[in-house]
Amino acid sequence: MKNLNLLLIDDELELVTTLVERLEIRGIQAEAASNGRDALERVRQGHFDVVVADLKMPIMSGIEVMQTLREEFPDIKVVLITGHGSSDDSSQQMVERADGLLLKPFSIDSLIEKVNEVVHLGDMPHE
Amino acid sequence: MNGAESNGIPNGEMTTSTPGLQRESTRYRKLWRYSVLLTSIVALMPLIVMMGVNNLQYRRTTQSEMRYDLSRMVSDTKRSLEFVIRERVSALQLVISDNNTSDLRDDEALARVLKHLKASFGGFVDLGLIDDDGLQRHYVGPYNLKGTNYSEEVWFHEVMLRGVNVSNVFLGHRHFPHFVISVKRELESGQFVILRGTIDMEMLTYQIAIRNRQGADDAFVVDHDGILQTQSQSHGDLLDPCSLPVPPFSPEIEVIDQPHNGGHLLVGYSYIEQSPFILMAVRTYDDHFTDWLRAHSDLIGFFVGSVILIIIVVFWSSSFLVRQIRASDERRAKMLHNIEYTNKMATIGRLAASVAHEINNPLAIINEKAGLLKDLAEHAEDHPYRDKSIASVDSIIQSVERCSAVTHRLLGFTRRMEPGHEMIDLRILLQEVVGFLGKEAAHRNIEIQYHFPDDLPTVECDRGWLQQIFLNLVNNAFGAVERGGQIALSVERQNHAYVAVRVRDSGSGISEENLQHIFEPFFSTKGQFGTGLGLSITYGLVQKLGGEIKVESREGEGSTFVVLIPIKAVATME
Repeated sequence: MKNLNLLLIDDELELVTTLVERLEIRGIQAEAASNGRDALERVRQGHFDVVVADLKMPIMSGIEVMQTLREEFPDIKVVLITGHGSSDDSSQQMVERADGLLLKPFSIDSLIEKVNEVVHLGDMPHE
Repeated sequence: MNGAESNGIPNGEMTTSTPGLQRESTRYRKLWRYSVLLTSIVALMPLIVMMGVNNLQYRRTTQSEMRYDLSRMVSDTKRSLEFVIRERVSALQLVISDNNTSDLRDDEALARVLKHLKASFGGFVDLGLIDDDGLQRHYVGPYNLKGTNYSEEVWFHEVMLRGVNVSNVFLGHRHFPHFVISVKRELESGQFVILRGTIDMEMLTYQIAIRNRQGADDAFVVDHDGILQTQSQSHGDLLDPCSLPVPPFSPEIEVIDQPHNGGHLLVGYSYIEQSPFILMAVRTYDDHFTDWLRAHSDLIGFFVGSVILIIIVVFWSSSFLVRQIRASDERRAKMLHNIEYTNKMATIGRLAASVAHEINNPLAIINEKAGLLKDLAEHAEDHPYRDKSIASVDSIIQSVERCSAVTHRLLGFTRRMEPGHEMIDLRILLQEVVGFLGKEAAHRNIEIQYHFPDDLPTVECDRGWLQQIFLNLVNNAFGAVERGGQIALSVERQNHAYVAVRVRDSGSGISEENLQHIFEPFFSTKGQFGTGLGLSITYGLVQKLGGEIKVESREGEGSTFVVLIPIKAVATME
């Protein structure tokens, strides 16, 4: 876990920066981005294991970020966070293709737990 | 969604309101009355008109028949009367012109003449010969009238003037009704002699009687002054004024309508030539309606039968029609209500979701900021208010959790995840659900009854959703019943497409007013103990499964929630 590198994306920058700070307190490396375009830029330059993205953002939605990541960096796990119970029907199936989903507000512990879960998902043999 | 009708579940509880219903029934009663009135008029009018026309025709026919009979009777009788009078006038004229006056001035000869007249013509009572001074010189007959002076009598002057006179009827010396025929002969000497014969009125009365077998109710003779010359049955006695007016002169036979004593009389009359007599024949015709009824009993029977039949059919068809209209109105109202309700729920759902969403973002920030504060405080071990800060932050985080519990439930109400498709035996599922609450049931001594049929189809559905739906309903039922109460769960196949699950409790029931809002979010009767979201979430889930949820409840008698679940999973709906 300690070796993981997280990227958190939300247009509510206040939220992600605070999360990054709290994760760092817990010794987890994390970075914050306020929109999808910046985030993808960051991913292309650095190395990330897990991207946590808000579903509904200006410029690029969480879904679009996820789709781009899936094409360019299939190894990166994606966790979507949302304040909404769902998005519209067309993106419903896409949401289900994310590695994890968290409803806002969530505790830091549940985020860490979810990240751990998705990271180890790939390790498990498929049934 | 499926209409309530198609599933056979009444949901009147949601639509009823008493004053509205009363107004409605008045409207339908009015409609019924209009329908009855209109169809009755349309159906009965031709029949009534037909009967009226028939009656009118009958009246016309009988009247014209009556007129004809009357006029024929009058005509016949007139001819007879005129003949009787003319015959006697002629006989007297023959007697006076054929004999020498001197011959007649002999009582014996006169008696012989009277005898011959009696034998040949009849009706003659006596004969007298009167000189132009008015003195009756000779007389033969039953009375002693020889020497009577008639010079002051009207008839005497009349016969002097005209040569012939037929008198009115009078009783005279003889005290029985008779009239007198007088004829004059001018002698060569320039003097006059008058032969005067008295005729028994019986001659005329008999003629009237034999000719009036059926033509008239009453036939009689009056003179020009309206004095009855023969006995009338109903218009006066002999020589009294007749109760009918004297008809106007006409040379023809006339039949007139004569109002009399509030009724109508048909009066046929004719003036009798060479006499002061008017023959009148009277017939009442006010009972022709009874005659008509008698003559057309079969037609009237048919009419009455038809009227009764028509009225029965009109009543029945109007009731049927109005019932149909009412049923269709109610169906439409129910449908509109359902649509409205669904729209309302969808709007509330969208509103709730967007509010929840807007709140969740700032809540997340509060949560993280508070979390950060806590992290910092935990690391700053020498901070003087460390413990107090941590406690405060914990309290903030707990409040955030409470808020998010509400927003997450709200979002659950409009949750759009795809339901899973599993074949589920509802009997097992319901027992599992009750199992979650088994301890509470035992603790509160609540009896749970199951009414499960043996042959029940499995439903293709999402297990989690069904569990949530029935957990909510059973939980509500637990909330509704007192200690020692009863909860009954029953499952049955509703029709080919649905299975109905009923959750009945013996609780206090739900008021009609509350029933209308029971599925709306934040509507709770539990005060501070309920969020008012349970039933709205249940409603949303059932809708998304393509099913229906209804509630039947009466205050004091408990409530029954009915959930219809499609046997085959349907495509998720908006």
